[in-house]
Amino acid sequence: METSNKITFSRRNFMRTTALAGGGMLIGFNLFTACKEAVKPPVDIADLNFNDFNAFIKIADNGMVTIFSPNPEIGQGVKTSMPMIIAEELDVPWENVHVAQGVLDTKNYTRQVAGGSQSIRFGWDALRQTGATARQMLVNAAAAKWGVDASECSASEGIITNSKGETLGYGDVVKEAAALEIPENTALKEPRDYKIVGADAINVDMEKIITGKPLYGLDYKVDGMVYASVLRPPAFGQKLSAFDDMGAKAVEGVSDVIRFGEKVAVLANNTWSAMQGKKALKATWSDNSSLENTEDHDKILTEILDGNKFETRREDGNVKKAFAQADKVIERTYESPFLPHNCMEPMNFYADVTDDKIHLVGPIQTPEGTANRVANMLNRDVNDIHLEMTRMGGGFGRRLYGDFVMEAAEISNLAKKPVKVVFSREDDMAAGIYRPAIKYRIAASVKDGKLTGYHLKEAAINSNMYGLIPHFFPAGCIDNYKVSTANHQSKITTGAWRAPYTNFLAFAEQSFFDELARELEQDPVQLRIDLLQNVKGNTDDRIQYSGQRMEDTIKLAAEKGNWGKQEEGVYQGFAAYYSHNTHVAELAEVVMKDNFPVVTKVVVAVDCGIVINPTGAKNQIEGGVIDGIGHAMYGDLAFKNGVPQATNFDEFRLIRMQETPKVETYFVQNTLSPTGLGEPGLPPAGGAIANAIYNAAGQRLLKQPFVKHIKAEVKELVG
Amino acid sequence: MPTYNITVNGDKKAVDASPETPLLWVLRDHLDLVGTKYGCGIGQCGACTIHLDGTATRSCLLPVSTAEGKNITTIEGLSDNGDHPVQEAWKAVDVPQCGYCQAGQIMTASAFLKDNPNPSESEIREAMHGNICRCASYNRIEKAVAMAAEKMS
Ligand code: FES
Ligand code: FES
Repeated sequence: METSNKITFSRRNFMRTTALAGGGMLIGFNLFTACKEAVKPPVDIADLNFNDFNAFIKIADNGMVTIFSPNPEIGQGVKTSMPMIIAEELDVPWENVHVAQGVLDTKNYTRQVAGGSQSIRFGWDALRQTGATARQMLVNAAAAKWGVDASECSASEGIITNSKGETLGYGDVVKEAAALEIPENTALKEPRDYKIVGADAINVDMEKIITGKPLYGLDYKVDGMVYASVLRPPAFGQKLSAFDDMGAKAVEGVSDVIRFGEKVAVLANNTWSAMQGKKALKATWSDNSSLENTEDHDKILTEILDGNKFETRREDGNVKKAFAQADKVIERTYESPFLPHNCMEPMNFYADVTDDKIHLVGPIQTPEGTANRVANMLNRDVNDIHLEMTRMGGGFGRRLYGDFVMEAAEISNLAKKPVKVVFSREDDMAAGIYRPAIKYRIAASVKDGKLTGYHLKEAAINSNMYGLIPHFFPAGCIDNYKVSTANHQSKITTGAWRAPYTNFLAFAEQSFFDELARELEQDPVQLRIDLLQNVKGNTDDRIQYSGQRMEDTIKLAAEKGNWGKQEEGVYQGFAAYYSHNTHVAELAEVVMKDNFPVVTKVVVAVDCGIVINPTGAKNQIEGGVIDGIGHAMYGDLAFKNGVPQATNFDEFRLIRMQETPKVETYFVQNTLSPTGLGEPGLPPAGGAIANAIYNAAGQRLLKQPFVKHIKAEVKELVG
Repeated sequence: MPTYNITVNGDKKAVDASPETPLLWVLRDHLDLVGTKYGCGIGQCGACTIHLDGTATRSCLLPVSTAEGKNITTIEGLSDNGDHPVQEAWKAVDVPQCGYCQAGQIMTASAFLKDNPNPSESEIREAMHGNICRCASYNRIEKAVAMAAEKMS
């Protein structure tokens, strides 16, 4: 979407202003919905609530601006970049802007989910228009004070100037501005005039992070609160038969032991005692005969791929015919394991359930849905619930699920105490909502040296790729094209994991294209560019990506990474993928050390539209790429009789400093609306390194984690 | 429950805790110093790193009973105003993503640079290898440690 400076909808209904009792002006605004008729922002900051507004801007009478944003921060930097957009249009120096985490009441809060890299994309227009409208009100107030026409005044850096050169600070006119009509048709800035958007702004919580101030859910504490450590069924599918809490109760500091459902909570006056108490519980579990094993999943998924019970998710042309007429058909199967999220801050939540209200505090990406579930579970009115979000020590999708909030609420309700549930690392890894194990089988038909057909099959545990993915690259590039999916229902809980589905699908497809290029005797980068020509002008509006933007992104990565011109002993690999509205291309470099391939560098090109905060944007890409490499190389979670076989970082290997390449990030320069960055850097990483490893070591990696498969084979190959 | 006298960031504190309680939880739950983070509890991630008589130590594996009489420094006490050269470098490089691991990273880096003020790239990578950053801000951690080293030497 082209960024335009036209107002597309009436601002008047989306914001309201008041003069604050203590001085200054308060603007309440909604991002996507009109405000209710009668609502006004409070006259006291202490009374801020987010029932009627998504966020507030306070302009103090000294000109300082505070933005109260309840948008949860999980490490994607939206808490920094969204206020930057307001500040840009409001036209105040960034140094004068302070961002405060808003306390969230969940009703009417429209964009409360921090997932899917969507926050920026959805907020862009609304945030700009809010900032611009507020600026216009300040200008109008100054003009009235001077007795001149507003068109003779301009505002910049928090100062309003009239044609005589007289000036007034924003703070000087806030009182008057607050009483004015909210103007319509305020012009937005042209992207070339941006001063804050596009300039580096460091993380707004920096000071607190580097000095260890309380920020995260795990740091939250109130007087009288107890800590709960929960014993859950060790295997997925098991039920609690009986338990003995003698040992647990003997642990110093333990106050209560409470059974709820299939779980037992141990409450204590400190975290360590609660954890020790849990360890001292003796429980027996009813053995379910159908406990699952990784070998079983493996067999089942292969059977699905070999069978014919698929749902067709997209079909162009006639794949069957293309395959029947082919000179050659290439087919590969790619396999991935379950993955836990392993947020650095383990799951935790605070709950205080009393007869008149329910107070919930902690790191959660879906406050509204979770509040509703808690209300349902406890048979309470959702208006009794007051939910506060803390900064999150990582999300990656795990904190979309409110299971730990439900636990906290249930325990507090039973114990009649304020309770904080704290997962140990072992709890966190073993009670996961995992990235499901998936297999892809991709087949391509070749006729007269050309790609004529393409068939992607997905066999996944529990659920299949979401609706838009069949229309991602390379949909529209190949005349005969088909995507089919099927799944197997398991007792193991699965869900969204950073860049759901595409985190592994991109590896499969981008590895496949590399092989295809070899088969067609074409340069892998050129093959992709050639294919993309076919999607240009395609009128199928289901297709999600842009052929031109993808091509430009690929060319930028190839140019910056010196594709095809590597030094002796350096091997390159390429991958490009579109996800979460962002186009990304990656060129990986691998060298062999002690007969083992080592990724030394990844050059990344990204088209995410306008880059709001370059330092934050690069941080997201660097993190996404290294995360993608880490999980492709090492990530593995197997199950034996329903029990996860890794429960801490001694058994589950995460990438560490010495295994990390240098990541160089380049942005495609344009003035298109911004898109997300938290996820799209990850999907191409696995394919880029797998293709480089092939060039370095001659081995095609089809299964993740690579480390399990490289070791034996490559050593032999190169050794 | 026995009482332990420990010195944290220069202050003498008396805490009642069972002897095997890890210092991590004493700091967080008993003394309200929550800058030191819990990540794994088994010495694998480095989120809980503190300085024990100046040496980087995993507080999740250190029973409070063995910390008596020692000088403990946590992230809260690393500098008066958040201006230790390592903290300054962290700001300049804009290191944190979610930020959760960063206190541990900073404590590891600051102890390392005290012993080795002129590290090579590979020494930095080795020194920081024990600290996990799930957000993978590793490139920036590496850059910030190098920058701090330059400032300190
Ligand atoms: S919590 Fe101590 S090393 Fe992980
Ligand atoms: S910044 Fe999130 S774990 Fe390091």
